[in-house]
Amino acid sequence: MVKRIVVGAHYGLRDWIGQRATAIFMVIYTVIFALNALMLPEMSYEAWSGMFAGGFLGFLTFLFFLALFYHAWIGVRDIFMDYIKPTGIRLALHVVVLFLLVGYAGWAAQILWRL
Amino acid sequence: MSKRTVNFKIYRYDPDRDEKPYMQDISIDLEPSDKKLLDALVRLKSKDDSLSFRRSCREGVCGSDAMNINGKNGLACLTSLDGLDNVVLRPLPGLPVIRDLVVDMTQFFKQYHSIKPYLVNNEPAPERERLQSPEEREELNGLYECILCACCSTSCPSFWWNPDKFVGPAGLLAAYRFIADTRDQATTERLDNLEDPYRLFRCHSIMNCVDVCPKGLNPTRAIGKIKDMMVARAV
Repeated sequence: MVKRIVVGAHYGLRDWIGQRATAIFMVIYTVIFALNALMLPEMSYEAWSGMFAGGFLGFLTFLFFLALFYHAWIGVRDIFMDYIKPTGIRLALHVVVLFLLVGYAGWAAQILWRL
Repeated sequence: MSKRTVNFKIYRYDPDRDEKPYMQDISIDLEPSDKKLLDALVRLKSKDDSLSFRRSCREGVCGSDAMNINGKNGLACLTSLDGLDNVVLRPLPGLPVIRDLVVDMTQFFKQYHSIKPYLVNNEPAPERERLQSPEEREELNGLYECILCACCSTSCPSFWWNPDKFVGPAGLLAAYRFIADTRDQATTERLDNLEDPYRLFRCHSIMNCVDVCPKGLNPTRAIGKIKDMMVARAV
């Protein structure tokens, strides 16, 4: 490969909107979650896990984790873009983080749906 | 009026003589006619003529004497000496130093040229000028005044980390100046050229550029408007 500076990947807008949309969703979720938690009759394991079991909040919680992981992906990728200069190492780190986040999403689903 | 002394700490580096850069302590007695930092620098140079810095118009129009003044980028010719008793001067951060306060601006201008800073219009020129309505012309205010002093881009961490890939606030302000121009016909190409995770979206709106601009311009707002236009054409 010739050594020239290459830019112009023609993406960026999608991630930029995605980061903002997920941020707004996470704020709204935090309010809904806090209200639900405050309205629990008692602070016990049963009440706590019952809050997420099935139902609307369980679904929203899963969406929250997807939003969090997508948001985290863009943020972490930006940090790598700034500080990790060798392309090979950057690509490797991208792949590792992507697999980790997809794994976390699966894990979150497993935890939420076994309740 | 009594004489006033200003104490300088100046970044010195002559690659032909110095192994590495050092900070030089030097004081100068001001004359009553010395109003701006540049006046003091010119006086300093008459005392030590090995000191190098760029200057030309000495009135904030040419953008030559941009430097880091007490930790903040600015133009020496627009910085008042009032209340300025101790001054630390360094070259603009993030660019290679040629000598003392003179930096190599190649990378900065490369980015500026990459956004095609000229009007693109393929229609034959009319007999008289291409007309704009007063409202259309209004949109260019706060954009065309940029003097390319590089104060903004060299205070931007995104530009420090990726000067080869991120256009930087000065270049993006100029980009929006032509995107906003109703006489320009290359809007699509200009937006395509910037829709990139590095070229535009390295900007995280921390507004260092707005903080330092000696002309009071707002690159962050221009960058926001470019993003708005990208959203408008994508959704």
